[in-house]
Amino acid sequence: MNKKRIKIIDSIFPLIGLLITLLGLAVLAALLVDAFLDGHKRLNLSFFTSYPSRKPDQAGILSAWVGTVWIMCTTAMIAVPFGVAAGIYLEEYARKNKLTDFIEINIANLAGVPSVIYGILGLGIFVRMMHLERSVLSGGLILALLVLPIIILATREALRSVPSSIRAASYALGATKWQTIRFQVLPAAKSQIFTGIILAMSRAIGETAPLIVLGALTYIPFLPTHPVTLSEKFPFLHVSFQGFLDPFTVLPIQIFNWVSRPQKGFLADAAAGIIVLLVITFVMNGVAVYLRYKSQKKLS
Amino acid sequence: MNIKFLINLKETLIEKVLLGCGLLTVLTTVGIIYVLFSESIGFFKEVSLIRFLTDTQWTPLFTQKHYGILPLMGGTFLTTVIALGVAVPAGLISAVYLSEYASSKTRQIVKPILEVLAAVPTVVYGYFALIFVTPLLKNIIPGISSFNALSAGLVMGVMIIPLVSSLSEDAMRAVPFSLREGAYALGSRKIQVAWRIVLPAAFSGIMAAVVLAISRAIGETMIVAIAAGQQPSLTLNPLVPIETVTAYIVQISLGDTPHGTLEYKTIFVCGMTLFIFTFLLNMVCFMLKKRFSEIYE
Repeated sequence: MNKKRIKIIDSIFPLIGLLITLLGLAVLAALLVDAFLDGHKRLNLSFFTSYPSRKPDQAGILSAWVGTVWIMCTTAMIAVPFGVAAGIYLEEYARKNKLTDFIEINIANLAGVPSVIYGILGLGIFVRMMHLERSVLSGGLILALLVLPIIILATREALRSVPSSIRAASYALGATKWQTIRFQVLPAAKSQIFTGIILAMSRAIGETAPLIVLGALTYIPFLPTHPVTLSEKFPFLHVSFQGFLDPFTVLPIQIFNWVSRPQKGFLADAAAGIIVLLVITFVMNGVAVYLRYKSQKKLS
Repeated sequence: MNIKFLINLKETLIEKVLLGCGLLTVLTTVGIIYVLFSESIGFFKEVSLIRFLTDTQWTPLFTQKHYGILPLMGGTFLTTVIALGVAVPAGLISAVYLSEYASSKTRQIVKPILEVLAAVPTVVYGYFALIFVTPLLKNIIPGISSFNALSAGLVMGVMIIPLVSSLSEDAMRAVPFSLREGAYALGSRKIQVAWRIVLPAAFSGIMAAVVLAISRAIGETMIVAIAAGQQPSLTLNPLVPIETVTAYIVQISLGDTPHGTLEYKTIFVCGMTLFIFTFLLNMVCFMLKKRFSEIYE
């Protein structure tokens, strides 16, 4: 290469770099505009309050969004305590030995296992072996295992960013290890851990493949049993866990179902469902980015 | 019993409980391997491994049954290559730009936006490939089918760009400044420093990013299930319908396949194939990452 060419390339590269970087943004914009144009007409109240239907203009996402709420709550209830606990162990307690190394490699590998394989795991263990059937509980368990590595890694990173002087001060006052973690380290790392949890949940909310493999039905014209119902007798509230064992569908599965129908009308339903799903995902990510920004500001 | 003993007991108990939670991840891996292999053994009792690896047709749902994994692997290979053709060059250029050229303010704005690309659910990308990209491609290549590997691969590539760019950028920023200054002192321009000094120095980190991208593309499911078709065929033509390993798993899961049949077991055999490939790639990535974090310490 002669000097002149290098000079030219050198001066135009930043522009090319910026353009390529913005290419992704352009795709995202095209995606949003496309989904909005296709689906905005279907976005009315009855879309949220109707069950799926054979007629495209009467179909709605009631069972899908309620199912998504059920699955997300179940996932969070399982993944958050286990993930945070495992993160605390690896960051605060684990000594450098073979077992710790093994757990770490294992988590790194699990984070890269395709999500569809978690569905197969669920089919084999939860549906067949434990006879939980294709229930909310099976789905929640699968997604919990899926996001566990994300929560563990986020917790570890958050704990690592807590200055060791805080721990030293706590020990100096006679606190035990657990007291130090419980009352000093965890509160300091709280918002960063919370950020990780939100990101993990926003990943789980869009997962489709593992739940399809699990056998989640696509046509569900009913809701899981409500956990709390009013009753005539004292104490006037009836609590039921039956909902966890009921079949379910979720928003991404409903969208997939509509996309694979040949009728044009269902594409509008799919696009409307996509708008709802994207709004939820973006809000969650936005909150996470904001929290991260705030906690970075506080630390610096 | 004194109080000190109780406190110590509590501390040890808590540590054990936390360790137990950590071991849950090991249990997950054991569970995956157990489920995949135990069902696959049943499959290989009826179909020989040689037939599975050499038969060029995959038709478990037809009356003429063939169980050759090659057409599905070919489909996965094709979409993966197309996706990498987009993600690797775009991701690398964008990483060089962000790490060497962009101001820290630009970086602060651009990076979260790129992360959003990775957060979009894959079913949405599938819709986009089928409804937007394929009709667009039809204008350019009239002969293209409604389901094809090209559009699925391209969209998958865009989805993977943030992964390649952010991991490569981390690797490049880990390169010590003295190396860059040395090159500048010898009269290099910025572009030369970026591509001839920083890029080679960050090589193992960048390779880790590429390997992870391959693994992600192989395991990607919804985009190919929606936009690439359901016809297993051993072809390198990106314009016709194909089927990937992952898309087959989705296809058969949607039907009502009775438990215990050979068709049911194909889910697990395909899963095992997928797991072995991604596992090897993840291990390579892990080692490359370890190497690049050690070099400059």
